Amino acid sequence: MAKRIDVKDLDIYYGKFHAVDSVTLSVPPRNVTAFIGPSGCGKSTVLRTLNRMHEVIPGARVDGQVLLDGEDIYASSVDPVQVRRTIGMVFQRPNPFPTMSIRDNVVAGLKLAGTNNKKQLDDIAERALRGANLWTEVKDRLNKPGGSLSGGQQQRLCIARAIAVRPDVLLMDEPCSALDPISTLAIEDLIAELKKDYTIVIVTHNMQQAARVSDQTAFFNLAGVGQPGQLVEFNDTEKIFSNPNEKATEDYISGRFG
Amino acid sequence: MTSTLSETDRLASEPAFQQVSTRRKAKNALATVLVWLSFLVAVAPLVWVLYTVIVNGIKRIPFTNWWTQDFGSVLSDEVGGGVMHAIIGTLEQCLMCAVIAVPLGLLVAIYLVEYGRNGRLAKITTFMVDILSGVPSIVAALFIYALWITTLGLPRSGFAVSLALVLLMIPVVVRSAEEMLRIVPDDLREASYALGVPKWKTIMKIVLPTALSGIISGVMMALARVMGETAPLLVLVGYSAYVNWDLFNNNQASLPLLMNTERATNSMEPGSVGFDRIWGAALTLVIIIALINLIATVVSRLVAPKKK
Amino acid sequence: MRPGDRIFKNLSTGAGIFVVTLIALIGIFLLVQAIPALGANGVNFLTSRIWETSDPAHLRFGILDLLLVTIYTSLVALVIAMPISLGIALFLTNYAPRRLARPFAYIVDLLAAVPSIIFGLWGILVLAPQLAPVSQWLNSTLGFIPIFSTGNVFPNYAGTIFTAGVVLAVMLLPIITSLSREVFERTPTAHIEGALALGATRWEVIRTTVLPFGKAGYVGASMLGLGRALGETIALAVILYIPRGRTFDWSVFDGGATFASQIAANYAEFNNPTSAGAYIAAGLVLFVLTFAVNFAARSIIGERKAD
Repeated sequence: MAKRIDVKDLDIYYGKFHAVDSVTLSVPPRNVTAFIGPSGCGKSTVLRTLNRMHEVIPGARVDGQVLLDGEDIYASSVDPVQVRRTIGMVFQRPNPFPTMSIRDNVVAGLKLAGTNNKKQLDDIAERALRGANLWTEVKDRLNKPGGSLSGGQQQRLCIARAIAVRPDVLLMDEPCSALDPISTLAIEDLIAELKKDYTIVIVTHNMQQAARVSDQTAFFNLAGVGQPGQLVEFNDTEKIFSNPNEKATEDYISGRFG
Repeated sequence: MTSTLSETDRLASEPAFQQVSTRRKAKNALATVLVWLSFLVAVAPLVWVLYTVIVNGIKRIPFTNWWTQDFGSVLSDEVGGGVMHAIIGTLEQCLMCAVIAVPLGLLVAIYLVEYGRNGRLAKITTFMVDILSGVPSIVAALFIYALWITTLGLPRSGFAVSLALVLLMIPVVVRSAEEMLRIVPDDLREASYALGVPKWKTIMKIVLPTALSGIISGVMMALARVMGETAPLLVLVGYSAYVNWDLFNNNQASLPLLMNTERATNSMEPGSVGFDRIWGAALTLVIIIALINLIATVVSRLVAPKKK
Repeated sequence: MRPGDRIFKNLSTGAGIFVVTLIALIGIFLLVQAIPALGANGVNFLTSRIWETSDPAHLRFGILDLLLVTIYTSLVALVIAMPISLGIALFLTNYAPRRLARPFAYIVDLLAAVPSIIFGLWGILVLAPQLAPVSQWLNSTLGFIPIFSTGNVFPNYAGTIFTAGVVLAVMLLPIITSLSREVFERTPTAHIEGALALGATRWEVIRTTVLPFGKAGYVGASMLGLGRALGETIALAVILYIPRGRTFDWSVFDGGATFASQIAANYAEFNNPTSAGAYIAAGLVLFVLTFAVNFAARSIIGERKAD
């Protein structure tokens, strides 16, 4: 549970296109790390390499290492499917499985991996839904379809689904951009609680959100038009937002571009 | 004496909006009339054909013997008997066709959407599926004749017909399954991968169930279409007036084959035995096709992912 | 790669390869079966109009008549169906009230669900008697024009290419309409709004935006309809009357046989490989013909949309 991630000299390529250049950073366990930066700077791309999701796109590859508590997830003996079982992901738009009920959605990761014991699954579903602050709202309608919830509830359902398998790390790719402000606040409160048990990395284009929820912040930027994205500065959130080292960071934070 | 009027007065006395010229209006009206007319021209034969089938065929349908007897014990100009043998043949041949064509067509659709994407093999495959959909039913029948009967030396049978029907059903299944699979948002696939579910399981347990309702619809429509095919029946199986449950041996009746046989061997005068049989069989076929379409709509609604 | 993934991937790729080889196999098997009969043919396969295949020892078969009747009947059907389909497609996309467009489209699609043997029977038993007076009138008043001259099945005005063409046209309507409809629906709204903003009437909007945009799709759809018409079997076998001793002479009131109807009508002669081979040779020509038409149609329509 709650492992640290060390990224060492990570380069990301789509076919011949060099998308991200030489990223090195360390994500401490039981902390929230935010990736911020303008559109197209590579922050989502880097996030996806942390659970090897980029490999879904043909031709995508990386050079470098991503270490989970010291073990390289890109070692040749490692199965990407296994990596994704220990590093979970929540997406920008809530995507509950439409053919499953709420309860089945939550335990989908376990059911598809073969767990069949009904009592066990029910217990796990309750634990995960409580962990996602959704239990009280849905406990009486666990059999209803996953799509019958509001947007904010659906996203918490997806979070419950991700934590039900007890991952070591939880990756969140702009989890609130499709939600209204009230649901966003609910998710941010949830993140503050989840970090007690999980290592969280969150990509957000909302700087204030990064300032609110994260302990460390990584600022990414494009070197120029057509150039690969790069990590400009990585530091404690407080430092990044009050007294950053790099001028580019300062410019982005104060809204001079982005 | 327009020179004494000021410019503004002159402009104000003309209508503000120019009328569209009568010529343009007339052309527009003509186009509208022609277009509405063409729709009616399409509806008219449909109504006429259905009316003919229903009115001419209704005579023997409401009687149980029509559905439970065959023509084995009845002479060709004798009233009586039924088309059970033809119904059984049609259903058996088409269901056997579906058993082969549906999994095969589904796999091709899965290949095109999930694996092949835009690769060379996928492009060639999708092109060939298009070509296959344009192959005439008689050519499909001749191919099976050349393969099954001449080369492999096997006898004519209902099963040979099923094989020819497979060639005709596959492209329809592939196209509709492919469309349904493409509609499933990539979001869902990604959510599944992110949970550590392998690709094949994602396809089987997430993608297919989400697309299932549309696929079932498409399959049923394809089935209804092959039920009416006659050419393979002429070349690949013989007509029998008796019920034959054996798909693999001997002659077997089917509704289109029965209609063709009656047409060739019996009188078509209104009111004659042949007339009643042929239109009765036509109406039976239409009823079965309509039933299949109805079942397809109901089942696909039941299976569709629910919102509430 | 995990074993489950490898098996599944190979299975579905294999299915794709199977379909590709299937087309090749069809061509190969037909060719192999046709060659012995072609070798034993007493007359030129491509230029003769004779068809005598009942005696395997004295085969004489030529496809010229079949080719002409097949193409002619399909053309008659196309000439009738194309303008009507265009009208229907425009109706469904631009004229029908929004709420009714879907049910109306469904009605047109129903035409495709009617089995062709039923169309054939309706054609010869119900439509033909109604059409006969029209044919007679055309023949007597416009008979000096070759296409309306007296046919080779005179005095039979029922089993003519004219009747067959009309019925075939009805069968083609749903095919040409549905594809044309799809293309017309995709006319960019920007173009339409641009024309409307200039004060164009509805017809003028269609003429300047929908039609030019949808031209290729409409032509492609019509060619697919042509392919279907060329291969239609049982409806034509039921309708067309075989002339005794006289050959096709370019009148729409001629009878005759197409590739498909000839093969279907003589299934009884499939009792020996040589006679069957003659029919298979005809089928091979039909296969190549429809392949070419479909190929051309798909090229005109362009890449498949969902990519």
